[in-house]
Amino acid sequence: MQPLDQEQLVRAIRLRERAALAAALNLLDDKRPASRSSAITLLTKLQAGQSKNNSRLIGITGPPGAGKSSLTAALISVWRQRGLSVGVLAVDPSSPISGGALLGDRLRMKTSSEDDGVFVRSLACRGQFGGLSAEVWPMSLVMLAAFDITLIETVGVGQREIDVADMCDTTCYVAQPGSGDSVQFLKAGILEVPHILVVNKEDMGAVARRTLSELGAAMSREHNEGNWTVPVLSASATKGSGIEALADVMEKHHSVLREQNLIEQRRHHYQGKWILKRLHEEFGSNGLTRLGGVDSTLDQLQTHSSTLFEQYEALRQRLL
Amino acid sequence: MNQETVQRDRPWLMRTYSGHSSAKASNELYRMNLSKGQTGLSVAFDLPTQTGYDSDHPLARGEVGKVGVPIDHIGDMEALFDQIPLDQMNTSMTINATAPWLLALYVAVAERQGVDPAQLQGTTQNDVLKEYLSRGTYIFPPEPSVRLTTDLIAYTVENIPKWNPTNICSYHLQEAGATPTQELAYALSTAIAILDAVKASGQIPEERFPDVVGRISFFVNAGIRFVEETCKLRAFNRMWDAMAEQRYGVEDPKKRRFRYGVQVNSLGLTESQPENNVQRIVLEMLAVTLSKNTRARAIQLPAWNEALGLPRPWDQQWALRMQQVLALETDLLEYGDLLDGSPVVEAKVQELIAGAESEMARVADQGGMVQAIESGYVKRELVQSHTRRMRNIESGELKIVGVNCFEQTAESPLTTGTDSGIMKVDVQAEQQQIAGLQAFRAARDQQVVDRALNALKEAAVGGANIMPSSIDCARAGVTTGEWSEVLREVFGEYRAPTGIDISMAGQTDSAAMDAVRAHVRSTGEELGRPLRLLIGKPGLDGHSNGAEQIAVKGRDAGFEIVYEGIRLTPAQIARAAQEEGVHLIGLSVLSGSHLELVEDIHAELEKIGAASIPLVIGGIIPEDDAQQLKAQGVQAVFTPKDVDMNAIMTTMVDVIRSTNGLAG
Repeated sequence: MQPLDQEQLVRAIRLRERAALAAALNLLDDKRPASRSSAITLLTKLQAGQSKNNSRLIGITGPPGAGKSSLTAALISVWRQRGLSVGVLAVDPSSPISGGALLGDRLRMKTSSEDDGVFVRSLACRGQFGGLSAEVWPMSLVMLAAFDITLIETVGVGQREIDVADMCDTTCYVAQPGSGDSVQFLKAGILEVPHILVVNKEDMGAVARRTLSELGAAMSREHNEGNWTVPVLSASATKGSGIEALADVMEKHHSVLREQNLIEQRRHHYQGKWILKRLHEEFGSNGLTRLGGVDSTLDQLQTHSSTLFEQYEALRQRLL
Repeated sequence: MNQETVQRDRPWLMRTYSGHSSAKASNELYRMNLSKGQTGLSVAFDLPTQTGYDSDHPLARGEVGKVGVPIDHIGDMEALFDQIPLDQMNTSMTINATAPWLLALYVAVAERQGVDPAQLQGTTQNDVLKEYLSRGTYIFPPEPSVRLTTDLIAYTVENIPKWNPTNICSYHLQEAGATPTQELAYALSTAIAILDAVKASGQIPEERFPDVVGRISFFVNAGIRFVEETCKLRAFNRMWDAMAEQRYGVEDPKKRRFRYGVQVNSLGLTESQPENNVQRIVLEMLAVTLSKNTRARAIQLPAWNEALGLPRPWDQQWALRMQQVLALETDLLEYGDLLDGSPVVEAKVQELIAGAESEMARVADQGGMVQAIESGYVKRELVQSHTRRMRNIESGELKIVGVNCFEQTAESPLTTGTDSGIMKVDVQAEQQQIAGLQAFRAARDQQVVDRALNALKEAAVGGANIMPSSIDCARAGVTTGEWSEVLREVFGEYRAPTGIDISMAGQTDSAAMDAVRAHVRSTGEELGRPLRLLIGKPGLDGHSNGAEQIAVKGRDAGFEIVYEGIRLTPAQIARAAQEEGVHLIGLSVLSGSHLELVEDIHAELEKIGAASIPLVIGGIIPEDDAQQLKAQGVQAVFTPKDVDMNAIMTTMVDVIRSTNGLAG
């Protein structure tokens, strides 16, 4: 890859230039040492300016077949009508044998192929069974710098849901009418994590209404974070019903978080966890011990999120 | 034997699937074919006509007149049948999503010829369900598509009683990989879905329902395993008869007859040593003619050079002569059924019926064929079967002479002529068609057109049978694109499941596959991230089997694959490649419009600053075009000759290596 002029790249990302966005995402994916260090520089520069913008990081998760992609598409079209630009990171499973993957459901998400206000990058989870692929967080920072809304779509299976809910400001769980999954998850405590529940396919009628009332009955309680009661909504991505209301609730959650100054705090907290996880992956628990243990490492990561990536790289260098 | 004393059966209808360039050129071809002894017509429409776009629509670029004749309006349809009296012709139209429209045009032309539409004979293929699984010329979602299909059936049963309103197709299922059992199961499940829908529509009085059943016909494939194929047809015969009697209460055995037309298999035709296709075609024809009790009603044979490009008139004549020799020279038609009473045949038939019945039960459990298609189940099963077939060819378990054994060949004199043994479509044809269309639009009475379109919309929304208002549109000078646009507006557009999310076979992997995987992985490591490949099907061509196989194989080889099904615009492909950060774009084009599409995709990549992404292409691409594509910067061209999928994968990795400056 050509050495990139970082200042120029950051400017181009903020202007949503397609080629720059693509190049930045490719760079963050690139594991070669030279690329890693320019990626760190890029992320640091991006984060330095981030507090200025009011962009939102939203997660959509749920069981396979619940219609997440169609719902995403419907949301995108509502957001576009409201004049908001959208970046999507769609996470798909990879094969444990070959490492290969079939990615994306891009077309379902796109309202128009020529719309520069929407940009979709698909990601394979590349063996990260416990959660999102490692690249999602850095890539979301590029998207946040460029778009009003950054949306992470991922298949929800237990841990991965918790991970996406940790990372995103607002997480929406899409339930499939009639399947026992949602109620099972509820019992297992997984559904305490999302901020919004939506039962898709309300056009299925009675089945959807039953799931809605089951979830409604079980979920009428406060979220453990912020001043927020988890709403249970009904929608149909294919018929386009309930989507405006869903978008409204997402916006409301965002302003609730913002009022309480929780957004920076959440993102900073997640980034600390992300760094620990990466260090653990690369150097094992021995490595973390060498840095003085988990708690001490977290302490070493100072409070300014704009330099966290630099600090991460410094910790790596100590271990290498 | 004394010829006069022998009572010979009447031969089947002999057709050739044809049409190209323009209505006028196709009409000349039809009249020539008829003068050579062809006894019916089989119209091939171009992709814009099949998918409901006018010739001047941006999506139609490069596709006009390529795989069939362009029909934009009644003027084109009239020219297509110039000097061919429709009351004396039996015309089969391979048309599905826009079938009601093409039949409406046919009726309107009959009126202009002074022919009573009630006299018309022929077939509209009108089986949209299989389009979601193979071939891909669907437009609307399944529910409204089934409604249009049933409207056409209900209309013809009442008004054009000798018409075959639908040809339920197992043909394309086999092309998509179906085993004989799957062909039986899915075709008959489709028939159930359609007949149940006609019944539920309430358009036909209960006592007339046997007439509906009696008008349902089938379009079947015949592959090279001709003994099994014959047994498959006997199984079809028996299962259909039982279904008509038991499920639909048809008492008259004549109305329970399994009536079918055939195009023998194109999937098995090879590009290498193409002359061998002649004996393949003849053997496949035996499968549908040997057994008198299940003999085809109509046969069309592909030309020997289909895998190379478009057949010329002489190639089509050769295909017709094969039929004539079998029907007129041999003694086949002098005997009763040759296979009745054979215990070997009977055992095979029983085995196929048992397999098909259990697969039909699985489909029924899911709520029927429409639901099993929407959920992606059927497509996945087909992709799985097709993948198995490709693996068997690769491993040599399935022998194809001249392809994976006995590859050595002397140079064929058939392909060395100046035209390389195929036909070239006149490049002027598209421009002329567009000019004609625009002149036609300018000359018509717009008020009459608007009124007709309004009435069509009312019928679509209100649920009235779509045929009468469509026929009015035809008379008024509405165009194919306008008719389709009204229905798109009302019904919406559909994207079918791609079916490539099948699981990997795992253990059967060869050393060659391991080597490819290592190559993919190490190149990814050298480039810093896993190799990403976009498989794109641009244009209107819906033959996605090749693209699906490459996508599945690529995933198994360790690529991260972006594949989104058919009918993408060059802009969509270019932008997706950029957004997804792919290392390579692989295009699949079978319609012959590769030159225009590649040119457009290059232009789009250039426009968005992604011109550095390399491009490879696969399809039915003649050698001259391959040279031209390479000159345009395409890095590799794959044709049906390339059956070694590991070699294709290796080439793709090598292209990525060389464009990224890595050592080979």
